[in-house]
Amino acid sequence: MQLTINGKVENLDVSTVMDVLKAKDIDPQLVAVEVNTDMIDQENLGVTSLKENDKLEFLFFMGGGA
Amino acid sequence: MSFTEDQITRYSRHILLPEVGGKGQKKLSQAKVFVVGAGGLGCPVAYYLGAAGIGTIGLIDSDVVDLSNLQRQILHHTPDIGRPKAISAKEKIQALNPDVQVNTYEERLTTKNARELISQYDVVIDGVDNFPAKFLINDACYLENKPLVHGGILKFDGRVMTIVPNESACYRCIFKNPPPPGVVPTCQEAGIIGVVAGIIGTIQATEAVKLILKIGQPLTNRLLDFDARTTAFREIRVKRNPSCTLCGPNASITELIDYDEPEACAL
Ligand SMILES: [Zn+2]
Repeated sequence: MQLTINGKVENLDVSTVMDVLKAKDIDPQLVAVEVNTDMIDQENLGVTSLKENDKLEFLFFMGGGA
Repeated sequence: MSFTEDQITRYSRHILLPEVGGKGQKKLSQAKVFVVGAGGLGCPVAYYLGAAGIGTIGLIDSDVVDLSNLQRQILHHTPDIGRPKAISAKEKIQALNPDVQVNTYEERLTTKNARELISQYDVVIDGVDNFPAKFLINDACYLENKPLVHGGILKFDGRVMTIVPNESACYRCIFKNPPPPGVVPTCQEAGIIGVVAGIIGTIQATEAVKLILKIGQPLTNRLLDFDARTTAFREIRVKRNPSCTLCGPNASITELIDYDEPEACAL
């Protein structure tokens, strides 16, 4: 299905948020995921279904400052 | 309090702005900003806030200046190597603007001192380089009801978000807990383009000035990500998370959490 991931349109054969993380080889511990501006709890990544044209944001930890 | 002739000249480019004027400049001169970390972000933030005539700047940092800091930590100069960062930063700010009161704390922000220190200021700036401290600042600002300007930098990237407690999404609304230790690289491990610290720090300072003057729209409920490789900003809409453990309706966090403890025990 067609998804917008971090502002870029992509076509992926996935059904849940976890599928996207797996397809992109992203460790779920290292990212906060927003679907259509709703934050998805870590324990719900595998049960959150996606639909055509959903907008995903993968927010990675950025810890520097000094 | 009224301004001297020199002060009117010093701040004339502020005072000229209808949104600032003498009234706004007075607000700046009465404001107290707490800058956590006198490093890559803290330096540009404190430098510009000092120039802007912020009345009181609190600077907390337990480190001393290292040669490898000078590529980006612009308040520290070569002769400062080995000197406490808080003192080095204070000297430069006061040389730039003697009007500014700079309070220095040569210590780490901890669960013991965070709330007490933060309660004495109007706005808080996150300029720290580790996750336990970022969560500590977020939680302490929420518990003390103080606006926070969050910042983060790594490699070619930077991020800013303003947090107004009970009004906008907090750091924990997005990131529930710190990542496991060691899995996310630090600037020390992965590097940082020095000027990215300047870009993000000056945006943080802009946010602080706006919060004090109550002008424009703060960077709340928006995460601003910057990529220096493409010189592109991306704004990610966020909102308060109903399951946030700090600011949600069923919040479980009512006091500060010492994430450093396991590491300290390991020593
Ligand atoms: Zn929250």
